[in-house]
Amino acid sequence: MVRFMVLVIVLGGGVPAFAQVDFTGVWNGQTGWEDGPERVAGPSLVEFLGLPINDHARQWGLAYRAGRLSLPEHQCQVHPVHYIHRGPFASRIWEERDPVTHQLIAIHQAINTYEQKRTIWMDGRPHPSPNAPHTWMGFSTGVWEGNMLTITTTHIKQGWYRRENLPSSDEATTIEHWVRNGNVWTHISVTEDPNYLAEPLVKSEELTLNPNPNSFNPFWQCEYIEEGERARGEVPHYLPGENPWVAEYAADHKLPQEVTLGGPEQMYPEYRERMKTLPIAVFTPPGETPQTQSPPPAPAVAAPPGQRGAPGPQQQGGRGGRGQQE
Amino acid sequence: MIMNSRSRLVCPAAGCRNMLPARGHRQRLQFWGKWGVLLTAAFGFLAAGGLSFAAQQTQQIRTARQTPFPKKPDWSKLEVETLHVQGQVHLIAGAGGNIAVQTGPSSVLVVDSGYEQMSSKVLAAIRKLSDKPIRTIINTTLMESHTGGNAALVKAGAALQGGPGVGQRPNEGDLIGHSKLLALMTEIGRDKIPVERWPPSVFSGKQKDLYSNDEPVIILHVPNAVTAGDSMVWFRKSDVIVTGEIFNQASFPFIDVEHGGTINGIIEGLNTLLDMMVPKHNQEGGTMVIPGYGRIGDEHDVLEYRDMVTIIRDRVQAYMKKGMTLQQIKALKPSPTYEYEPRFNRDPDWTAEMFVEAIYKNLSVAK
Repeated sequence: MVRFMVLVIVLGGGVPAFAQVDFTGVWNGQTGWEDGPERVAGPSLVEFLGLPINDHARQWGLAYRAGRLSLPEHQCQVHPVHYIHRGPFASRIWEERDPVTHQLIAIHQAINTYEQKRTIWMDGRPHPSPNAPHTWMGFSTGVWEGNMLTITTTHIKQGWYRRENLPSSDEATTIEHWVRNGNVWTHISVTEDPNYLAEPLVKSEELTLNPNPNSFNPFWQCEYIEEGERARGEVPHYLPGENPWVAEYAADHKLPQEVTLGGPEQMYPEYRERMKTLPIAVFTPPGETPQTQSPPPAPAVAAPPGQRGAPGPQQQGGRGGRGQQE
Repeated sequence: MIMNSRSRLVCPAAGCRNMLPARGHRQRLQFWGKWGVLLTAAFGFLAAGGLSFAAQQTQQIRTARQTPFPKKPDWSKLEVETLHVQGQVHLIAGAGGNIAVQTGPSSVLVVDSGYEQMSSKVLAAIRKLSDKPIRTIINTTLMESHTGGNAALVKAGAALQGGPGVGQRPNEGDLIGHSKLLALMTEIGRDKIPVERWPPSVFSGKQKDLYSNDEPVIILHVPNAVTAGDSMVWFRKSDVIVTGEIFNQASFPFIDVEHGGTINGIIEGLNTLLDMMVPKHNQEGGTMVIPGYGRIGDEHDVLEYRDMVTIIRDRVQAYMKKGMTLQQIKALKPSPTYEYEPRFNRDPDWTAEMFVEAIYKNLSVAK
């Protein structure tokens, strides 16, 4: 009941635009909650469940070979702003105010993951030109909607929606909603991507206020190293339809293959009914004799060979984890 | 039910009426437990007023898409935009291909010149940056979108000399390009490319060094990339590289096979770029690039582009090794360019299919 009343009070009082909340402090992510796997262990290959990706993003993910991340220029690649709140996350937030009027100019966020610094401009300035460079944290402006801070971020670098192996494009836009309830910061993000998302990607995390602000360690040194010899310019990848690891994650978790391939329809309850009709994936490690398996299911939507729901070599599938199979 | 409320909360655009939270969110929603129905009603009611305001405010701001230069534009309505890149280097965008301008205490150096029809606007933009004489113009490639304004910039420029100069040389800017660029222009002929656009100052080796505005400037030849005569320009103190068309933010790289362009030349050029670039912090900032077209980038942008071009080349090569014909490769589903098409298949004059065809032609010759 208390929670309900708090919510009503917070939202009811939230309509006037001048109401503001102070997010100042050090906040920590929670590794034991549902976003824990993203924060620590990371996803397996071809673990695209529930993500509203389009066919192009799926193809990108199926061609992904983890050795790509061992290339020197990829080793210190940062989580983009729409992902970083699910990194192993701690963040210090502070305000910048006009020294005379005390008007809020900006909210600054230092994020320990990859040592990122972010400014959320609150002074109404416009977003940069389309010709301006993009950054991992993008360019952010915020407005108060009652007690909720709504942030729009553009100019984000190409990155990923699922760590390493599902792309986000540099033309995505992320809208965040920050809500504070006591010592809990609810962070909701909605990302639109005309290139790789079929529908907006909605995520939420809850972060807790760290009572010991001096414990925040802002440093995250990353220096690339040589990880084996490669021919100049080599870019590891699988040819379409030739990724031998596609079914591993699905088979390990006794899931139908299609379920691991993502897509907007997986966000809706109706998809549960379809799941019941699909056969469990069978994985045969490369070099072993394939087991007899059920015929592949008919795709929910028309898909080209090598794509979601279609039969093909990728019915055999992948070992999980960053760089494990290289 | 909470999910539907939340979808209203966070859905800023039409068409996402059924939007639900991402996987796993349901577990956390149990936090709200038995109050779900009441919360839905309260939340929806209270959110409607305040949050519709939110949607209105956030609806209009989106990252702009990189679009190719318009075909047959109304030149009078086009405007150029000037952006400071870093150090002494600026970008002038909107005149065709990108134009880089280095300003400093003694002169102005310009890389590429855009379309001829935009010359007066380009010159006006340069004059807003500096009143110093335009001493040097460098061409990175053959395209009219990069060389069309050559004559206007040369005429507006001034050499470092007094009066008309030795041998009655006119006092104008110095136009530099690789000797193979001049050879291409000569081969194409003056009826198609006026002589005034040809670079009279050429270099024939790997590179040419200049010192402009207290800064080393290195012109690096990129052999057989977009054409046989390409170059990129490295402003060493400003830490900016002008890439020419080997890197284009709005399309797959153009390969002018007829004029010596090759996919492997483009990939080698991109790899050379990566060798030269040093990010400041975690793959961000540091050395900046002005691409042939589109927004300013850094090493990560070049890296993703290099990866894409290499992967597509590798695919076509693998299919050719399997004995597939061009028609068979073009008919493949997914196509060799499939995952990159939403981002880069935007130029009707240089489609993904044309790109694949050019790669096939290149690799057929290389076999």
